Amino acid sequence: MEVGILAYGGYIPQSRLQRSEIAKAHSWFNPGLNGLAKGERAMANWDEDSVTMAVEAARDCLGDMDRDAISAVYMASTSFPFNDRQNAGIVADALNLKSGLQTMDFSSSQRAGSAGLSLALHVAKGSSEPVLYTTAEKRETRAASPLEFTSGDGAAAFLVGQGKVIAKLLASHTEAVDFVDHFRGEGEAYDYSWEERWVRDEGYLKIVPAAIASVLEQSDVDPSSITTFCFPVAAKRIAATLAKQMGFPETSVADNLQANCGETGTAHSMVMLAQALQNSKPGDKILVASFGQGSDALLFEVTDEIANLAPRMGITGYLARRYAESNYNKFLAFHDLINLERGIRAETDKKTGLTTLYRNKNMAQRMLGGKCTQCGTAQFPKSNMCVNENCGAVHTQEDYPFADRIARVNSFTADRLTYSPDPPAYYGMVQFEEGGRLMSDFTDISPESDVEVGMAMRMVFRVKDYDNKRGFRRYFWKATPVAAAQKGE
Amino acid sequence: MASGIKDKVAILGMGCSRFGERWNDNAEDLMIEAFIEALEDAGIEKSSIDAAWFGTGIEEEHVGKSAVPLSMALRLPNIPVTRVENYCASGSEAFRGAVYAVASGACDIALALGVEKLKDTGYGGLPQRNRGSVNDMFWANASAPGSFAQLATAYSAKHGVSKEDMKKAMAHISVKSHDNGSRNPKAHLRNQINEEKVMNAPMIAEPLGLFDCCGVSDGSACAIVTTPEIAKALGKKDLITVKAMQLSASNGREAQHNSWDGSHFVTTRAAANRAYKEAGITKPRDQVSLFEVHDCFSITELVTMEDLFISDEGQAVNDIMNGFFDADGEIPCQIDGGLKCFGHPIGASGLRMIYEMYLQMNGRAGDRQRSEEPVFGMTHNLGGFPHQNVCSLTIVGKEGA
Repeated sequence: MEVGILAYGGYIPQSRLQRSEIAKAHSWFNPGLNGLAKGERAMANWDEDSVTMAVEAARDCLGDMDRDAISAVYMASTSFPFNDRQNAGIVADALNLKSGLQTMDFSSSQRAGSAGLSLALHVAKGSSEPVLYTTAEKRETRAASPLEFTSGDGAAAFLVGQGKVIAKLLASHTEAVDFVDHFRGEGEAYDYSWEERWVRDEGYLKIVPAAIASVLEQSDVDPSSITTFCFPVAAKRIAATLAKQMGFPETSVADNLQANCGETGTAHSMVMLAQALQNSKPGDKILVASFGQGSDALLFEVTDEIANLAPRMGITGYLARRYAESNYNKFLAFHDLINLERGIRAETDKKTGLTTLYRNKNMAQRMLGGKCTQCGTAQFPKSNMCVNENCGAVHTQEDYPFADRIARVNSFTADRLTYSPDPPAYYGMVQFEEGGRLMSDFTDISPESDVEVGMAMRMVFRVKDYDNKRGFRRYFWKATPVAAAQKGE
Repeated sequence: MASGIKDKVAILGMGCSRFGERWNDNAEDLMIEAFIEALEDAGIEKSSIDAAWFGTGIEEEHVGKSAVPLSMALRLPNIPVTRVENYCASGSEAFRGAVYAVASGACDIALALGVEKLKDTGYGGLPQRNRGSVNDMFWANASAPGSFAQLATAYSAKHGVSKEDMKKAMAHISVKSHDNGSRNPKAHLRNQINEEKVMNAPMIAEPLGLFDCCGVSDGSACAIVTTPEIAKALGKKDLITVKAMQLSASNGREAQHNSWDGSHFVTTRAAANRAYKEAGITKPRDQVSLFEVHDCFSITELVTMEDLFISDEGQAVNDIMNGFFDADGEIPCQIDGGLKCFGHPIGASGLRMIYEMYLQMNGRAGDRQRSEEPVFGMTHNLGGFPHQNVCSLTIVGKEGA
């Protein structure tokens, strides 16, 4: 039975930090950085992390597909919010999946993104039920490092399995080589890197070709028939050099998204694959390779089924949903790279009762509310007694999912008094079209957003509170304008 | 059918501390200041008090929990004391406890005292606090001004009032309160301002600017209540009696059910209907002489004038702009400066409003005394958030009115 990709999704945060602004701040110290000052990089909001971005990519991937069949959720990242708490499990919860499934995190290498997909495909080959595979990165970098310029934040997700695949796997191969071009030791926040020329000559140009050669040989595909070659490296000429070396057409070299997104770390091979699928047509052959203590290569052929896949935002859609951020200090503050005076209100203890969280996780993580079986009133949170004053029935509420419903703004404010890492704090009463309401935090209100009563909002899974005292973070859903900004310069 | 509270309880004496930034005083100092004034006004000995109710909202900032802090501060002789907390209506709640105790016949004389020492937090505004481990998981990270600001967006949308007209009406409210507060020696803010200053002030929570927000103050207020018979026996003349006391608490409808439009207070309307009935008031716009309402923010005062059925729906803006609620208008609202300028020590505010009614009806309000003799005075005290709150209404008036 053929195995492959059933659906794909992507996510890129809407804020794009202008690289010229990073250079402006640092060129006094290192004029060499001026060479990186072109374009923009995707910048996660303060309430986004790799888990929340993976959730958005997965929602984009799944759309209104049946989620009950999913048998496993995997996630790859090197920037997991939790070192010991399964991150894929949080993703599965936010997607309101059943508990009878396998969850697993992949990490510790820039190759984890492709390795995870390779493994997910392998698992799906032996299973009649699909596997949801997600990968995301919000990479921490030191101020004034080249990585600060070339990195970006983003995520991709794939539903893989058998049946109506939009892209079938032709071959995959892994070369595992403990080639240490950079590393991040235990307890270290940032990467340590070795010389770029050595990495290019002895790493990229020797290890990657070995992996690619294997998939070409396994699949008996002529290199000249490769339509798209996805290779996630910031410097464009490396992918082009590899393509030439392997005999791929010049036109096959996929855009590495360096100009408008940046390299999304271990997720980037998968972000590029999602983008390639979005731009593909039946018969296309997409080869994706990665690099990191070796190399993975996966070769796919796009099928006729791609025409039947419902439209999605994908990487293209999320790249279009953007606004230009020109405040580099904001980036520093979001990454705790400056010692900002946050005021006394920021001192509030954000301790989470883990018993309380567990008891209420359907509400907090899945955004399940209640619907009264007697009068049909939808309400959030789910409660013992119906809120409809003409009903008031007891113990009649069934679980009712709110996360994917559209709400409208009933009232709102922009608050400069309450503590927010990105003031003013926007919030307000939102009312769901099918009933139910919530006094909700708003997020991703760009400077161009003109919030109004009646405006349509969708819910997104975000960090609600950071408990820095204990290293915990709490998630909840926030409202964001459906019609997001696509402008600004 | 219950007979209600009307004329069953009289105010024997009242006291109120100076409100403001009382840097050199503890909550205990403020309590004593209000209590001594009330005791002297009542003309009784402390030993005559049968029971006490203690209203305080944010006890962790000053006195700590339980009723003991009141009993200790006043050195009460081991009588029953109850601590009550109902958000910003805690002072009114203390008054309700004392009034009901007297009305029931369980006590001859009862004390209500409210206090708050807010200026020990290290910053302006109310303390930021946790709201319970479940609420903190999903509630918007709202401040008080941010919660109330939403009344303005919802009201504007519902009644089609432009942002500018709303802002002007709100400014009129604040200018009025500053004018009134300037004539009140116990008020926290005693400076006069103008509309331009309000309109150009820094934004706190859109559309509320700095001057749309009330002061956060230290202060205490106190009432001693008894039956009309005992008051007369003690030599009191021209009694001020309680005409109505109503409380309404949200049941979650505003927060969870789409039937609420966000532009008004469900609780105020419910309580107002009951309070007017209890007091025997049929035409509030013609019968009520004075209002003290919970003007935590200018927009709250605006919508409250409709919720109390004084202005028709959508008409409060016009009444405000026409000076209907000014000190020399038809029905003055916040003739003492209100929360806006007298100040807002949470647990004391409800009692402070009643204190002003009591002074005005006794003709003891000094420079701000209303020339036309007030008959019914209504106080409106609100705690919580527009979508989740308690509303406490008290009507006092001349005996027999």
